[in-house]
Order: sequence, then C-alpha cells, then structure tokens
Amino acid sequence: MDILVVLEDKNGRIHRMSLEAIAGAQQIGSECGLSIGILAFGKNASALGEQAKHYDVEEVLTLENEHLNDYTADGYADAVANVITSENPALVFFGHTYQIRDYAPRVSAKLKRPFLNDVVSYKNESGKPVFSKQAFNAKLIAELNPNSAGPILVSFQSASFSSDTIQSGSASLRSISIEIDASAIKTVPEDPFQEAAGGVDLSSAELIVSIGRGIGKEENIPLVQELANVMGAEIASSRPVVDSGWLPAHHQVGSSGQTVAPKLYLALGISGAIQHVVGMKGSKNIIVINKDPDAPLFELADYGVVGDVLEIIPKLTEALQ
Amino acid sequence: MNICVLIKQVPGSEAQFNVSGDGSWIQETELPFEMNESDNYALEEALQIREQKGAGEVVIVSLGPDRSQKVIREALAKGADRAIHINADAPYNTDPYSIASTLANAVKDERFDLVLSGLQSEDLGFGQTGVILGEMLGMTTATLVVGTEVQEGKIKVKRELEAGWFQWQTMDLPASLAIQSGLNTPRYPSLKGIMTAKKKEIKKLNFVDICNVDELQSFAGLSVQHTEKQTEMIEGNIDQIVNRLVDVFKNEIRIN
Repeated sequence: MDILVVLEDKNGRIHRMSLEAIAGAQQIGSECGLSIGILAFGKNASALGEQAKHYDVEEVLTLENEHLNDYTADGYADAVANVITSENPALVFFGHTYQIRDYAPRVSAKLKRPFLNDVVSYKNESGKPVFSKQAFNAKLIAELNPNSAGPILVSFQSASFSSDTIQSGSASLRSISIEIDASAIKTVPEDPFQEAAGGVDLSSAELIVSIGRGIGKEENIPLVQELANVMGAEIASSRPVVDSGWLPAHHQVGSSGQTVAPKLYLALGISGAIQHVVGMKGSKNIIVINKDPDAPLFELADYGVVGDVLEIIPKLTEALQ
Repeated sequence: MNICVLIKQVPGSEAQFNVSGDGSWIQETELPFEMNESDNYALEEALQIREQKGAGEVVIVSLGPDRSQKVIREALAKGADRAIHINADAPYNTDPYSIASTLANAVKDERFDLVLSGLQSEDLGFGQTGVILGEMLGMTTATLVVGTEVQEGKIKVKRELEAGWFQWQTMDLPASLAIQSGLNTPRYPSLKGIMTAKKKEIKKLNFVDICNVDELQSFAGLSVQHTEKQTEMIEGNIDQIVNRLVDVFKNEIRIN
C-alpha cells in the first residue's frame, strides 16, 4: 500500500475524523495514483475492521494485542511505529484528534519521519500531494515541505475532507500481530468520565447553535435551548458567555476551548474575536445573526442576518417545530 | 523535584501579519510579542508543584532570537530559578523534530523530573515539541493536561478528552506534559520578583552549535488566508427572515 490510514476507535465505531481521513486518502489516492490500506487496532479492532472493509480501499489490517486494549501513548506509539516500519507506506494518514495529538508525535520521533499535523488542505502537484496547515493564529496558511523520505505522517483537521464522499467497495482483511514490550508502558489510565452531567460532544456535532455576549443575559439561555432542541443541535458559546457563568466551560469554542467543524454553525450574538474564530472557521456552513452590522464574524458567514437574536430565536424555533 | 518549562515567545494574538518577501516567514517589525498563552499556564503549574513539594528548581528553556529574553525575564520574575536560552536567528527552523532534538541536546546534562510545555504554540501550532522531547529523553508523555498530582516517583494527570470527557492517568517520572490553557490562574510577577530576576542566571547557547539533525520538514509559501466567501445577507421583516432561514436549513444546508 502507498497510503496507510490509521483508525481511531470511538466506542466500537470508527471515529468521525478517521472517516474523513479515509475520504482524504481516497481522493488523494485516486488523483495521485496511490493505493490505500487501513489499520484498525485496539480492543475493537475486529469491529472497526468489519466497518472499514466496506470502503473502496485495497486492504484492511487488524491488530489485536492485550497491551493495546486501553489507550496509552507509550503503547499506541510503539504499536503504530511498528506497523509503519513493517508495512512501509509512503504516507500515513490520521484524523487530527486529541488522541492522535497525544501519541503521533512520538511515532514521528521513533521513526525519524516528519509529522505534518493539523493539515487543512491538499493539492496535487504533478502526482505529488502537497499539504498545508494554518499558522499564526489561523491568520496565515503554510505549505509543509517534507525534507525526508517516506513514510510521511499526516493528520487532517476536522472537516478537511467530508466523510459523505467515502466510496464503498470491498477490501480484503488481514490480521497482523506485533510484539509489545509491556514494561515499556509506563502509563496507567483510569476510566474516562464526564465532568458535568450533559457534557456536550461539540467536536463531532453536526449542528451547533452558538451564543455570544449578544444573548444579553443568562435568563435567555432557555430560549436558545429550545431552538437547539428542535434542531437537534448542540449548544456552544464564545468565551464571554462562559466567563459570565451563563454556560459551563465545556461549551466554549475557540482557542481556549474546543475546535469544531459542524455542518452548520449558527452564531447568535457573537461578534467574532479571533480567539473564537480559530475554533469554528472550519464549519461547513456558517450563519451569523447579530444586531451589529460591523461584527467581524459576518466576514466568515455564508448567510448573515442583521437583527435582534432575541426576536428571531423564538420565531425560528416556532417555525421549525 | 526539578522542573523544566519550555517557554516560547510568539506574536500577540491580536497581531495582523504580513508575509515576508520569500514567503518563508512573517515581517516582524512592529509586531507585539508575548509569552505563548498555554506556556504561561505550564509555568504556573510548575511553580505551584515546586511550592507544594518545597524543593527543587524550575528551569526555563526557550529557543528563539534575542527578543525572547523578554519572556525569559518575565518567567524568572514570576519565580523560575534560572534559564537556558538557545539563540536562533531568522530564517527560523519550523520543524518540531529538530527543535525538540536541539532542546534535548541543551538539557541532556540536567536531571529533570518533569518537562512542562504549553499545548501548542500560537505561531506554528504543531503541538509536537514537548511530546517529541519526552520521547527523546525516555520520559512518559501526556498532552491536554488539565490537572496534576505529584506522587512518589509518579505523577497523576488529568487529561482532557474530546467532547467534555476527561481521564486520569498515572505515569512514571520523569514525564513530559503538554499543558492545556485554563487549568490554573497564572500569577503576575511581583516587584521583588522583577528585581531579583535581573540577577538570575540565563545560560546562552546557539542553535546552530547544538542542532545536529536535519530538518524533517519546513514551511514553504506562507500566505494570508483569504476568505472567498460570498455572504448572502438575509433581509426583510422578521417573518421573511425566519422563512428564508428555514428554507436555507431545509433546502440548502439540508438539515433533517
């Protein structure tokens, strides 16, 4: 294989951003004439492999090992470096998830191969893929020039490719095994937990209703909740809303909060400070409603409404019911 | 407990950028520079751990040009004990691997129990350096760290997972931790701190003297992000606006 896509397990399903990496591999593979393999590993390797074999790729590798049942950076970096060494692909693709950020730099260091991470775009330069990432608070974009031979590691920021474009097919399954030195795993993880009841899955949310200072006061939050409920959307916010104590911190989108890339980001009363913009500019559709016509977020909007959010929200809720 | 804190000086978050002529970097004149935000939290965490444990050093390691002295002094004024400044001039290396390798060379004779870094820099934004350095120094590593508890020979850290989930993990020392913003409240330097910082040691090294690996990757063709978006402004009375929004939801964005 030329491209190896490394999957992440999300409770027995392929992580949304791993699916986007598969979509990216298919697009880049077909444009640059590269074959694709997929690696499913960890305790749900066989379930992920079963899901992945229905995609149009050459083969799906599954790797089970008792030392990979729970995520540890030591164990996962060791395993993935091992597989890359034996399979020797030219490119290794990942979704730029929190887990990948945690262990893939170690794979890069073990292999002495570059990790082009947080990639947002790709172009085909006469059969050679060229990758770009954002830099300087997302105000600039930089091409990343690998100076070494492959394997080159690449992780894609959320929504760089759309999982809707994945081509179906029938891939062969191959079970592989590796030796893992258990004494090299010096991390003992506990069970994951949610900090507060109703913690929100913003990074994988399809629809987000996000509020800013323009919502006025905490008493107006239920209005937004009703709109989010009829839309089936998650609620997010800019920093001032969290700082004011109107919503818990895990709702915050931006440089000190989460990065999101939903199908729809409905921004209500958010002016669009750069610290917020960096967290949501990858959204596929952005609707901005703000009474200030000069709010910078309108620059990013696909649709804009200059108007009073408190007047529009209840009407919109009613119309969608 | 000896703690190394990696500090980087970066352009301020409100800065507007112009790309240099060859597209390899930005024009730096008149840009405001400051301590990378998450590095400031890493420094605070280091100072708090040292205060709890009552002994050991907090050592700042910073790679950058002369202007980086400002954030190094700031960190010393807040309470760090000494610093190592690896001087690097433009054109800057942007490769996390060779930067981490150079940092590893600079600290190879130190015996750090912990390396703390900010989660990622606001300029390059790779978020790899601290992790690679940990790997190179044979340390355990963790990123997105939002809490720490030092134990005997180990450290227990709270990691942020995606979507509001968290996880505690216990790691052997030495460890390299990439710190997420917001886990503590960074202090301001006291007047006394500012005065004593002037007498603290800053060991100076040159990047070119201690970098002994090739860059694995480099920046090429920096450019300004253009928003080529056509914005449709929806106008009319409230009912017309709401009707058009519903139409956009259902027929253009196609939400179910």
